[in-house]
Amino acid sequence: MARPTPRPTRWLANGVGLVAFVLAVFPVYWMVNSSFLDRNEIRNRVPTWVPFGGDLDNFRTVFDGGQFVAALRTSLMVTGLTLVVALGFAFVAAVAVSRFRFRGRMSFIVTLLVIQMIPAEGLFISQYKMLETMELLNTVAGLTIVYVAGVLPFTIWTLRGFVEGVPYELEEAAMMDGCTRVQAFFRVTFPLLAPGLVATGVFGFIQAWNEFTLALVVMTREDQRTLPLWLSTFTDVNRGTDWGGIMAGSTLIAVPVIIFFLVVQGRMASGLTAGAVKG
Amino acid sequence: MGRGTGGRTPRPRGSALPYLLVTPAVLALCLALGYPLVRQLVLSFQEFGLAQQFGRPPEWVGLANYRELLTDGYLWRVTARTVVFCLVNAVVTMLLGVGLALVMRAMSTPVRLLTQTGLLFAWAMPVVASLTVWQWLFDTQYGVVNHVLTALGGDFEGHGWLLHPLSFFFVATVVVVWMSVPFVAFTVYAALTQLSEELVEAAEIDGASPAQRLRHVVLPSIRPVLLVVGLLQIIWDLRVFTQIFILQEAGGSASDTNLLGTYIYRLGIGGGDFGTSAAVAVFMLALTVVLTAPYVRAMLRQERSAA
Repeated sequence: MARPTPRPTRWLANGVGLVAFVLAVFPVYWMVNSSFLDRNEIRNRVPTWVPFGGDLDNFRTVFDGGQFVAALRTSLMVTGLTLVVALGFAFVAAVAVSRFRFRGRMSFIVTLLVIQMIPAEGLFISQYKMLETMELLNTVAGLTIVYVAGVLPFTIWTLRGFVEGVPYELEEAAMMDGCTRVQAFFRVTFPLLAPGLVATGVFGFIQAWNEFTLALVVMTREDQRTLPLWLSTFTDVNRGTDWGGIMAGSTLIAVPVIIFFLVVQGRMASGLTAGAVKG
Repeated sequence: MGRGTGGRTPRPRGSALPYLLVTPAVLALCLALGYPLVRQLVLSFQEFGLAQQFGRPPEWVGLANYRELLTDGYLWRVTARTVVFCLVNAVVTMLLGVGLALVMRAMSTPVRLLTQTGLLFAWAMPVVASLTVWQWLFDTQYGVVNHVLTALGGDFEGHGWLLHPLSFFFVATVVVVWMSVPFVAFTVYAALTQLSEELVEAAEIDGASPAQRLRHVVLPSIRPVLLVVGLLQIIWDLRVFTQIFILQEAGGSASDTNLLGTYIYRLGIGGGDFGTSAAVAVFMLALTVVLTAPYVRAMLRQERSAA
């Protein structure tokens, strides 16, 4: 920045920044803080602002039910399967789109863009009917099918950017040195793509891990719930809300996601504008 | 990053290989999206209720589902509610996000980094987790919001935020905007860093006030980004489901607070009327397509200029 900002303006801007920081962070802080408070501190008229209690009871409650662990297992299976299938499918499609010119390429790209904009709510009725016919409701496979389709367009779009970022000339040079085309691709381009694959994979993971709507539709049985579903039923009005336990559960679900997100965010910055990354 | 640098000399040949490579993706999309789309269209012309769930073959009813919906005042109320909610959220998000991005330019570097880190946390928070926290913050008895407002002199002790539809949507808007501002702020700030400093300085030398500089130099130069980000907000806020659904379960009145998404869910999966809910879903898809068209066009223009 060449032009120095005048002082009063800078102070004002810094003030706004600090307010924005507090507003953005406070709910996250409050979640972690509350998860360490015992029952009496939670049910106090005056909020306990700092986590000096260090009480782990809430986390014990979460694990004791056994439902958390079951939901964790379901979530891990669905997310893992979705990731493997979607990354595989998306990777080869991204190579096709960025390394070849073929008829229908442009319509494929346009279709990907349009699909990304389709709201899950616009199709989940018939997806439900389809999975019901296939007897895949309440199964990991059923949820994986709709998840793969959900993350594929964004994944292809992002990976395509990464593949195009590797100059084709590198492959040509390797081919002149006697590599076949396949060899050239896997020895030269593929290693350069590894960071992009990891970043895209982490993003797919976050999307599937957080997904609520389709899980709600497909996993109607209590013993097949994913983590977001488990957490949402925790807040049932009839049960007399155990906020400490809920916050402990939220913390357990959110912390890995936040860490992953902070790690890959910068790498994904360019792809984000082009894709629907939202819950 | 990446896109459109070198490497744009792919082979123009008619081999089958590229088709082979896109086949798995195309098949997956056809199975999970294409087929349901067709089935949904069919469903929307059928009577498909509880009797059909128990094995009676569905009956063709032509446009009856649509006619029923279009003459039903409730669908229009839900639609109007959805559109208003969407626009309010998108506008508030854009104002705060763009404003924050502009202010970020004037911050000192450490404060800016701090602000950006804070925004990243809000952005990274899983939807359902953020909903539980906001519910806890707005809790009737022990919530921080009521406590702070009471301490500031208001009468908010035991105030139930979800009971009244208007205040229900206020809470929903707070949650949605809180989650959405970071994306806008980051994207617009990134665009602003590309802005040529000489241009702004030239306007300053020519005697343009800060407001004039903003209106005639800064904003026009990031217009394409603003357009795309704004459209995305509209598209995303039109389909807010999770926030509304979970807040409804937490004590809001569903029929007074339904948006299109939750209406479809409660009609079809909740109520078993798949024919009518399919018709509403088709209606929602049509609405999305209309709104998406300009976004797709903008993206394709970017695509072509990169090539």
